[in-house]
Amino acid sequence: MSKPNAADVLVIGAGHNGLVTAAYLAKAGLKVIVLESAAQVGGAAVTREFAPGYRVSGVAHLLHGLNTTVARDLNLARHGLDLKAARVKTRSLLPGGGGFEVGPDVAATATSIAAISKADAAAYGPVMARLVKLADALAGYALHTPPRADVTKMDWRDQLNLGLFALSLRRLGKKDMLELTRILTINVNDLANDFFESEPVKALLCFEGSLGVFLGPRSPSTVFNLLYRLSNLGANGQGGFIVPKGGMGSVTQALAASAKAAGATIRTNAAVDHILIENDAAAGVVLANGEELRAAQVVSSADPQRTALKLIGPRHLDTMFVSRIRHLRMNGCAAKIHLALDSLPPALANAAGRVVVAAKPDDIERAYDCAKYGRVSDRPALELVIPSLSDPSLAPAGKHVASIVAQYAPYKLKDTSEHDARQQVFERSLAVLESVAPGLSERITASETLTPHDLETQFGLTGGQWHHGEITLDQVLLQRPAAQWQQYRMPVPGIYLCGAGAHPGGNVSGAPGYNAAREILKDAKAAKTRGAA
Amino acid sequence: MTAYIEHLTPFLRKTPFHPRIEALMHANSWMRWTGHYSPANFESVQSEYFTIRNGASVYDVSPLIKYAIRGREAADFVNHLITRDLSKIKPMQAFYTSWCQDDGMLVEEGTIFRLGENDFLLNAAKDQLHWLEQTAYGFDVQIEEASNDLCGLSLQGPESRQVLRAMGINGIDNLKRFGIQELELNGHWLRIDRAGFTGDLGYEIWCKPESALWLWDRMFDAGRDHKIAPIGAQALEISRIEAGFLLVDVDYTSALHALRPSNRMSPYELGIGWTVNLNKPGYFVGKRALKKEKEQGLSRHVLIGIEIEGRKPAPGSFLYADQPGKVELGLTTSATWSSTLKKNIAYARVPQAYAKPGTEMWIEIWYGKEHKIERSMVRCWATNRMFYDPPRKSA
Repeated sequence: MSKPNAADVLVIGAGHNGLVTAAYLAKAGLKVIVLESAAQVGGAAVTREFAPGYRVSGVAHLLHGLNTTVARDLNLARHGLDLKAARVKTRSLLPGGGGFEVGPDVAATATSIAAISKADAAAYGPVMARLVKLADALAGYALHTPPRADVTKMDWRDQLNLGLFALSLRRLGKKDMLELTRILTINVNDLANDFFESEPVKALLCFEGSLGVFLGPRSPSTVFNLLYRLSNLGANGQGGFIVPKGGMGSVTQALAASAKAAGATIRTNAAVDHILIENDAAAGVVLANGEELRAAQVVSSADPQRTALKLIGPRHLDTMFVSRIRHLRMNGCAAKIHLALDSLPPALANAAGRVVVAAKPDDIERAYDCAKYGRVSDRPALELVIPSLSDPSLAPAGKHVASIVAQYAPYKLKDTSEHDARQQVFERSLAVLESVAPGLSERITASETLTPHDLETQFGLTGGQWHHGEITLDQVLLQRPAAQWQQYRMPVPGIYLCGAGAHPGGNVSGAPGYNAAREILKDAKAAKTRGAA
Repeated sequence: MTAYIEHLTPFLRKTPFHPRIEALMHANSWMRWTGHYSPANFESVQSEYFTIRNGASVYDVSPLIKYAIRGREAADFVNHLITRDLSKIKPMQAFYTSWCQDDGMLVEEGTIFRLGENDFLLNAAKDQLHWLEQTAYGFDVQIEEASNDLCGLSLQGPESRQVLRAMGINGIDNLKRFGIQELELNGHWLRIDRAGFTGDLGYEIWCKPESALWLWDRMFDAGRDHKIAPIGAQALEISRIEAGFLLVDVDYTSALHALRPSNRMSPYELGIGWTVNLNKPGYFVGKRALKKEKEQGLSRHVLIGIEIEGRKPAPGSFLYADQPGKVELGLTTSATWSSTLKKNIAYARVPQAYAKPGTEMWIEIWYGKEHKIERSMVRCWATNRMFYDPPRKSA
């Protein structure tokens, strides 16, 4: 006689998507236990101390993609998340002290760019507005389950969703629809050349298009990545970048509070070793300490490779599925650097928003060239946030923390040890920073560098890929995580995927978790109906 | 030979038995088998066929593709790969099985030798190292192509055991069907298994390539009084069809090679559903799909045997439910006139509803007759595909 079920549903991982799924399921009346391996909830959206008194967002450091429906449904404002906070500007710092700022204020943005190029100043607002509009049309599908690939097997829901999607594209109008089909697959460098004349403005667009994918500005699919990111600036995201008070951990703290309020149980320090499978169906999980928890439904917020190859295991799976999952492109390409600073150099003294250091498209392309051949970029492109400017509680009084994304730092290294790569990322990123913000290095009192290898070992992100699989055209929608398995159900009955490896993908959006919860509830309802009959 | 036509030089490989085969080759009738010369027929297909059924026939099976599967988890891997329950197979036993893709479509069917607890040799007609290696992900197992390590002769027919006795092979009388025996004879290593492609009493004798000519000579010496004769693929083909065995590329297309996904077939559709054990412990590739196919009756058709009126062999012929041919049912694959059974037999792909033995159907046969093509529409009846199954096969 086996143990009684511990819950209706076990959720593996208390990252944002795991918590979103748990909250929705608990709200629907299911008994849910969330199992988190770390000592605190959050996953890759977490605030943690990296030097005594200095706290910073561990992986993700800006909030922009949080889905508005999810935030409203789960009452995150009431659970402590301030979504009314200012949408910060992005400042591009150029060597020698120059730069420009873009942000929600179109007129101010134009004025700032005008110092570099009058033509770009005039073009920037309309170009970005149009791109956001195109991105919005695509992003309308974020909260739908991708349809089955086989047209003959679509149910009415698939057909309705696909129809609505087609309609939203059609509603763009002929001109914009054609523009979308023109740019969707091309590279962001070409796109930048279409619209802008100055190197710095082009470079900023190129940076946005290549951030988070192992691609350079001249690689195809970078416009898609750009649109993917820009959709966060539209109706489905937060309309801009937020530096959340208390760091990104505040987002997952609010989600955890919401899930608990709905009745979910969250257990930290409870690493799942594998999913228990009996009679070819989910039966529960076995924790690393050997404890067995039983439930008929198990939801994994881990990435697809970890879920399929480790938690489920190839012995419970078919050959081609395993092969597809193994070959997902999960090439982590960005490193995180955290700095504890005595004070700020003049160039960063007022940098309360987001700072980008990438002066020319070629700089980013050259940085990518290094990574393409397995080396850390000689001159990385950088995204920097100084959260202590808006939230002094993150550092001791008068001191500051800086959080930096350095691209590219390849997961797959050639002729470089992981230790050397960590060193190189740090040194080379600081050299770049010194060129735009002299005096930064001498103010550093402590630091932490997380390469993709570290992101894998410390945060469970396979390949150090923070989106659980790169956001490229071949790995989204019907193909996320793999064709035929895009509807959140894994091949073994009762096992679901609710993390960023499922549609619509990465960023702290909660959308995959939302969609997975809907599918799980659909199955739970069907099982109940069967049971009653 | 002049250099500029060097690329036209024959390039097929010769098996270790080739010198002996070539010496007996009246017809100069060769065919290609996995890149080797292989005899199609020596002189008369009919007399070679009757050797299979009445004497002791010898066929060179060296060109078969062989994969050695070994390692700590070789048994777990093989059990995951195949549809049968490996726990029922003891070491030193051969067994016939299917192996499938994710959606239950047949990759191939063939014979696997279990030589030890974790030591296997898989015989296949098509290359599939890549499939085996993909499937082996997560198993501690080594897979190596071993096609050239062994060569073999298939000795088939009612006299085959007598020949082996006369060769001086001790214990051959105790070798059960699908059993494997290894021994040393005059300093030569031999592996004998009791299986074959003729549906008759028969054995396969494997040796190291350097022992090949010795084996041939010793076997033919011993077989002198037992109607021993070499045969080619054409005679084997008749006995293969009588026995009900499938031939890849004739009766089905391997799922790995089908150009159209819909041309792939499941074991149930090929009438070898008995090789699928849905109740064996653990998962195997394609299990979920096969279970669904069986439970929900999703098989599109089934490959059965049919007996046909008249004597005209009917390969690639359409079957109908009615004499006018208004309701089409399916198509034949393999077909032959069986001289032993005195029956016109074929395999036919038909809907499940027509598979019950004795069900009458109509078949349209087109055949050549001295510069003319004629058509006949005759009756045929569903039957067990194992047309010929003599007791001596397993006695």
